[in-house]
Amino acid sequence: MTATLTPAPSAAATQRRKGPWLTQRRRRQLVGLALVSPALLVVLVFFLIPLGMTFWMSLHDWPLLGEHSWVGLDNYRQAVQDQTWIDSVIFTLKYTVFITPLLFVAALALAVLINRPGRPARVFQTIFFLPVVIGFAAAAYLWLYLAQPGLGPLTDLAVHLGLGTRESNWFATSTSALVTVVLMVVWKMTGMQMILLLSGLQSIPVELTEAARIDGAGPWQSFRHVTLPLLRPTLALVLVFSVAGSLLAFDQFFIMTSGGPSNTTITAVYQIYRTSFINFDLGYGAALSALLMVVLAAVSALQMLLLRKTDHS
Amino acid sequence: MNTLLDVRRTLPRAAWWAACLSVSVIVLYPLWIMLSQSLKSTSEATRNPPTLYPHDLSPDNYQALGNTGAVGIWTHVGNSLFVAFGATFLTIVLATLAGYGFAKMRFVGSGLLFFLILATFMIPFQAIITPLFSILHTLGLNNTLIGLVLVYTTFQLPFGIFLMRNSFAALPASIEEAALIDGCGYLSAMIRVMLPVAVPGLISTALFTFFTSWNEFFAALVLITDEAKFTLPVTLTVLASNQLGALNWGIMQAGVAVTAIPCIVLYLVLQRYYVAGLVAGAVK
Repeated sequence: MTATLTPAPSAAATQRRKGPWLTQRRRRQLVGLALVSPALLVVLVFFLIPLGMTFWMSLHDWPLLGEHSWVGLDNYRQAVQDQTWIDSVIFTLKYTVFITPLLFVAALALAVLINRPGRPARVFQTIFFLPVVIGFAAAAYLWLYLAQPGLGPLTDLAVHLGLGTRESNWFATSTSALVTVVLMVVWKMTGMQMILLLSGLQSIPVELTEAARIDGAGPWQSFRHVTLPLLRPTLALVLVFSVAGSLLAFDQFFIMTSGGPSNTTITAVYQIYRTSFINFDLGYGAALSALLMVVLAAVSALQMLLLRKTDHS
Repeated sequence: MNTLLDVRRTLPRAAWWAACLSVSVIVLYPLWIMLSQSLKSTSEATRNPPTLYPHDLSPDNYQALGNTGAVGIWTHVGNSLFVAFGATFLTIVLATLAGYGFAKMRFVGSGLLFFLILATFMIPFQAIITPLFSILHTLGLNNTLIGLVLVYTTFQLPFGIFLMRNSFAALPASIEEAALIDGCGYLSAMIRVMLPVAVPGLISTALFTFFTSWNEFFAALVLITDEAKFTLPVTLTVLASNQLGALNWGIMQAGVAVTAIPCIVLYLVLQRYYVAGLVAGAVK
């Protein structure tokens, strides 16, 4: 690594030849490198090497135990014809398309609601954010109970409201299972997006909306024509976060539906999990991971682009 | 005329309170169910239709947690504490050192390396879980809590380094120079002079790592196979499957409460840092 340090300009170099090699500047650079290297080592071993290995493994038949053999692009050829994989991708997209607008509208509404000075608004902000700090696993098991047929308080509530009978099982059909999971995720994640949108709202100078009001705009008009356009970078950011998160969904389906009924709620990550750690077909699992990674890298590249834009505005 | 004005002034205020209170009820209702269900007696917990609050308060479910599964809940609490504190400590140390190096002691290639570390943001560990499993196997760290600590640290580092670099970069170079002139070495200048100013960034980094490691489910499920080493979120799967026949939802919710309540308490105490860090990490 020291080899990459810049050679000093030649005038300085001749002077240095007489002096010690370890100049103040060099010492500082070396200390800098030493400070950074433990973090680099960890990232190298547990991120960069696995990243490279994903692609390497995806070109092999790689069982957990026993010899692995080179198969070229066979795993990828298999993936494009694998109906279970295609179904899981379609289901993941369906979930993403379903949940993104719901989360977004709910979060924007809450952000606008609590975007006002005073203690009550801050207390409500704290309450609305509360489900975010609970883990996905805990939240999923909590909602699994809430939605149990007969026993669950939520199904009980639905019976009282005439929305179902005591015997109706929300996990019995693919659609109602998806709706139940989506309700849980909206409960858990709205607060997260709300906080991000709120910080966007609060960065808009009050003078601008006031000016719009003075010019005769109603509250809705000033929101529509002044607030929303200025909020655009934050909106874009929140959307990208939300989409990337939804594409990686696993916990909620693993816990609440176990992929059922009849494997209709298997997400992409869930299918990778089943391939690698239930069937122990690590090579094929790596190929599926590589495909997922391409999509995620595209979403994240978009995110970086948006981040850069917000930086300059 | 006066009454009309009064109505115009108070109606939006009343509507705001009504809206906020209804949302609060929706948000808090599941948490209430978690608590009340966990405090019901065994017979009441399985009643159909369910009761809204525990008619006879009982600690039975929490006591039962102690001898459910192979090792009882306290081992799992210990595992979770070890993993969460381990990852938090390691992340803080590595992120502080690296953040300082990237902010104040630039060397050739440091910009590129910083970008490389930030690239970890772009690819979540779910996507590279298969080779991670193999590498931990090769290193002999599969099925160990240390392995889990290292994996969590890796994926919290980019955010931590990013926050710490920004905290240090915001400080003027003159402070450090003064410390160096006063005879401090580089490290003691960093620890004694710069670090105290960077404490808010440090707390945000620590909180995020703690919450993420405490709650993480997927990696813990894949990388730990020995039930005695399960962290709390994975332990919930044992609670859900271990009892033969009917599931005991009282014990289940007691497990959920043990997993969730530490996070809620920590958040309520330190929410200022949590929200500030979240916003700084996302928007900047």
